[in-house]
Amino acid sequence: MDQNRNNTLSHKEIMQRYAELVKKFTPKSKLAQGCLRSFWVGGSICVLGQAIADIGAAWLKLTSTAASSLASVSLVFLTALLTGIGVFDRIARYAGAGTVVPITGFANAMVSPAMEFKPEGWVLGTGAKMFTIAGPVLVYGISASVMVGILYHFIRW
Amino acid sequence: MSQHRIGRQTVAFPMAPTILSSAAVVGPKEGRGPYGDHFDLVIPDALYNQESYEQAEHAIFLEACSRCMKKAQLQPKDVQAMLGGDLLNQIMAASLSARELSIPFLGLYGACSTMAESLLLGAILTDGGYASPVLCAAGSHFCTAERQYRFPLEYGNQRTPAAQWTVTGAGACMLSHQGKGLARIHLATIGAVIDMGVKDANNMGAAMAPAAADTLAAHFRDTGRAPADYDRIITGDLGQVGSSILKELMIEKHYPLSDEQYLDCGLLIFDPHEDIHAGGSGCGCSASILSAHILPKIKSGEWKRVLFMATGALLSPTTTQQGESIPGVAHALVLEGDS
Repeated sequence: MDQNRNNTLSHKEIMQRYAELVKKFTPKSKLAQGCLRSFWVGGSICVLGQAIADIGAAWLKLTSTAASSLASVSLVFLTALLTGIGVFDRIARYAGAGTVVPITGFANAMVSPAMEFKPEGWVLGTGAKMFTIAGPVLVYGISASVMVGILYHFIRW
Repeated sequence: MSQHRIGRQTVAFPMAPTILSSAAVVGPKEGRGPYGDHFDLVIPDALYNQESYEQAEHAIFLEACSRCMKKAQLQPKDVQAMLGGDLLNQIMAASLSARELSIPFLGLYGACSTMAESLLLGAILTDGGYASPVLCAAGSHFCTAERQYRFPLEYGNQRTPAAQWTVTGAGACMLSHQGKGLARIHLATIGAVIDMGVKDANNMGAAMAPAAADTLAAHFRDTGRAPADYDRIITGDLGQVGSSILKELMIEKHYPLSDEQYLDCGLLIFDPHEDIHAGGSGCGCSASILSAHILPKIKSGEWKRVLFMATGALLSPTTTQQGESIPGVAHALVLEGDS
């Protein structure tokens, strides 16, 4: 812009001034509203998961490990279904971190690219692109668990 | 240099090429907007009977071109050149449309500034006697832009307040050296690429505003005109954030824009109650509003002289991920009534 050719201000100063201008005119996310919504939706998802686990333990006589697996599997299935019928993204737009943080976010991150890239074929589309969002979570999640495992091996407490 | 050049960035067209006809085809969300009735076709759903959104984008592009030709009563064989582009990788919507039409084709990429870029180059070809009539077109599709630049459609995430919504739509204009049409192109200012260090790909209005301000200032400097010489000054897709910044920058440059005179296509196209955050964006935004709103206003004589300036954010997902800032570009055209 004109200011680039203006010798009175250095390039860095002009960029800084512009960054301040951008900050002034860029609306901020509604933090309190976002926290409240993610709290109640995320909390409800966790309550639902706990209910599934309790029902599994009480009615199906599952062990606690099997009951929590049942809860995870059910939530993953529900998310995949809701993603498939195009509802999940609307819930997530409302809830934000409330749907991202529980296992629902992970399931949605796998199913949505699998659906999106289907026109490119089952191998190079769905197969290759399924992990584009969830991939980093797996890489660093598994790496972190291996590191913790090694530490735990040496420092048993 | 010849008499066609005014100042550093502006070119004049002594013959003032005429826009014989225009057409706009848009998606359902755009159809629900304030100009829904003014578009030539509102497609019922984003897939438009195709197997992929990329094919739908191509079909919309082709439909806009075909309708524009039909309105000008021209066959593809009568059109001497086609200029156009879109947001798909390798501008495939435009290239596939050119394949169907078999018109000599020059593909363009100027991100969301493509409609102004195509008209600018089209006017140069027409005025110079190199080709006439010339078909100029640009288009974009929300679903293809999302997957290319952001996330899969069904991925559950929240958009930031400054994020803009890519318009599903395409617009086309037919330029000619003769005949009476909707408007005439008298001047064009070619924009320089300006980068003020904005790295947030969710705030493209802020990335493009300095380029818009630069081109506007260059236009006024080159031509000796002032904002008051225009009934309307209309930017492409700066959105809420970008247009507020542009107004501020123009005050600093001593060419203040008045509120009733300055419009932004990104703020016009959607119903403000839709979940679109800072406004519309994409090549199809300025292209469809030009055809559905701006050209009819000029034709009716309500607006005598309009400065139409489409703005583009020249980013790719790769450069953004590598930490590169977003350069912007804006090209301006002076449109006047064809009386």
